[in-house]
Amino acid sequence: MNPAGETSRIAVGRSAPGAAGAPLWPVLAGVVRRDLLVAMRRRSDVLTTFFFFIIVVSLFPLGVGPEPGTLREIAPGVVWVAALLASMLALSRLLAGDYADGTLEQLALVPQPLVLLVLAKIAAHWLVTGLPLVVIAPLLGLQFDLPFGALTVMTAGLVLGTPVLSMIGAVGAALTLGVRGAGGLLALLVLPLYVPVLIFGAGAVTASAAGLSAAGHLSLLGAVLLLSLVFAPWATAAAIRIALE
Amino acid sequence: MAVNLWRFASPQVFYPLAGHMLPWFFGAAVLFALAGLYVGLFVAPTDFQQGEAYRIIFVHVPAAWMSMFLYLVMAFWCAVGLAMNTRLSFMMALALAPTGALMTFLALWTGSLWGKPTWGTWWVWDARLTSELILLFLYIGFLSLHAAIDDLRRADKAAAVLALVGVVNVPIIYFSVKWWNTLHQGASVSLTRAPSMAATMLTGMLLMALAAWMYSIAASLMRVRAIILEREADADWVRFGEEPVAPGAAPRASR
Amino acid sequence: MLQGVKLACARGGRPLFGELSFEVEPGELFWVTGPNGSGKTSLLRMLCTLLPPESGEVRWRGYPVRALGESYRAELAYLGHAPAVKDDLSALENLRFALARQGPAPTERELLGALEAFGLAQREDLPLRALSQGQKRRVALARLAFCAQRALWILDEPLTALDNAAVELVRGHLEAHLARGGLVVLTSHQEVDLSRMRVQRLRLDA
Repeated sequence: MNPAGETSRIAVGRSAPGAAGAPLWPVLAGVVRRDLLVAMRRRSDVLTTFFFFIIVVSLFPLGVGPEPGTLREIAPGVVWVAALLASMLALSRLLAGDYADGTLEQLALVPQPLVLLVLAKIAAHWLVTGLPLVVIAPLLGLQFDLPFGALTVMTAGLVLGTPVLSMIGAVGAALTLGVRGAGGLLALLVLPLYVPVLIFGAGAVTASAAGLSAAGHLSLLGAVLLLSLVFAPWATAAAIRIALE
Repeated sequence: MAVNLWRFASPQVFYPLAGHMLPWFFGAAVLFALAGLYVGLFVAPTDFQQGEAYRIIFVHVPAAWMSMFLYLVMAFWCAVGLAMNTRLSFMMALALAPTGALMTFLALWTGSLWGKPTWGTWWVWDARLTSELILLFLYIGFLSLHAAIDDLRRADKAAAVLALVGVVNVPIIYFSVKWWNTLHQGASVSLTRAPSMAATMLTGMLLMALAAWMYSIAASLMRVRAIILEREADADWVRFGEEPVAPGAAPRASR
Repeated sequence: MLQGVKLACARGGRPLFGELSFEVEPGELFWVTGPNGSGKTSLLRMLCTLLPPESGEVRWRGYPVRALGESYRAELAYLGHAPAVKDDLSALENLRFALARQGPAPTERELLGALEAFGLAQREDLPLRALSQGQKRRVALARLAFCAQRALWILDEPLTALDNAAVELVRGHLEAHLARGGLVVLTSHQEVDLSRMRVQRLRLDA
């Protein structure tokens, strides 16, 4: 990189240029670092999702009654639905800001594959919005008097499931970039696709609380995670390019 | 002379073709429906478990089949449109969606009507009904996304991506809902555990399924014609009603 | 070296231009003018591969850019309408991250030097939210100081909200780039003194 002033000539000619540009990992690391830095500067954004999760989970006992038996039964569903909703709420931070200020199109112009850049952004997003949910959920599970084994399964499920929520959500976020009523539309698009994660995640905790093995549920959740890793960033990149046209 | 199928990728050529096919499909739909309803309402025997109420499956099951089939066809046209950038493919997908949504709604409604006399409740959380409900959301999501984006080209492509994401998810969702349903022993009501099929019942259902299929094709053709006219409103052939030029013929003098 | 071959564009169902062909040689500045809504930005985005043309193709060094893909993008520097900077980060951080996408990061001294050249000397640590529109644009333009080896510069209204000193600075960069044998594609409503450069004008009519 030479500041202007150097007069080295640019190679001219009709030969096909080779693939140039920076190596892959530093670029991806740069994307992650930038997103994390922006998130740190806008801490209120991040904390809002976190507290939303806590509030929603805490509302259910108020609506349903404090009977421990009932609460224990609804706890897996409640925590997971709240995680779904919180993840969905956080999606507006993933791409919309970059789309509005022009950073997203710069990312689309980088020689590195957009799919990987998208994956890096989703990873940074998950660290800031998904990971806090994983950390706080067991504590909330205690409020519902779930046994320790069930809490472990809940944490494991959320570790597997919240990245899926971020990835599927990224597809929805990319499809609704700059669209009127994006928030509500995003919910309509993304929540039906979240259903398998909800079923396997909550099912795992219910099974564990009933003394059964949650291995089946968790492996299915793992399978969904792998599938999403393969398809979702690709669909997100396609949707981003469509939005940038 | 070999028929060049690519001709029909042009909206101008497809429009009159669709117009000619329409009445035939509507006619076929009516005939199959009459036959199917006759078999379903009069010929098929009364079920000793559920009485006459079970006859609603002659609408419910074909509607459910159609709802899933139409989603697949819609996703197919979306994939073709994205791969080949043909306008008509996107128009066809958009034309199929409302009929698919209608079939889904019909399946849900008739499922509910079946549930009441059979199980005593207006809604039953069985695997198929729950999957149909989610499928309805997918259809509505497709239509809403398309409607929300002002630029038609972008709307077509974005909705197409959504349809393809949906089509990959539908089997996963269905599987997960079945899993959920079998786990929760208390909710073991199932509208799919229908009385074992007498041959006449199966015939009735197949006839009604054909009727639904013919109707769906007819309705979609009608709708795609309207979409073509809307989108191509500035083209000469729409404004002045010209016939499409056959390949090899001399081009008409333009106005 | 950069060719547009029968490019056509339609936005919102309305055709903007069709059968547009041109060729830009190394050392040449391609200035696209035209009234608002005539498709200038669309043309530039087509050249960047952000927007696929309705028909026709863009060629770089004789090859269609769709086929070249990433090797074309590696030789391209695009500054669009939006300055592509994050309000929450400082000028220095923004510049550093923008360049991290391009290759090995320059030293802090080089970054500060570029920002200083663009008149942002005492403001490199402030969050961009605190700066004016013109200053934000200058942060975006500071990137040009490090794009010397990128042969093709595509700049959409780069001079918006700039004062005379900044315009002069940008002009200097453009001249130097052309002297190196680079190409510049530019839209601008402002008249700039381009007398010492080889310029090709294209006017798009609405």
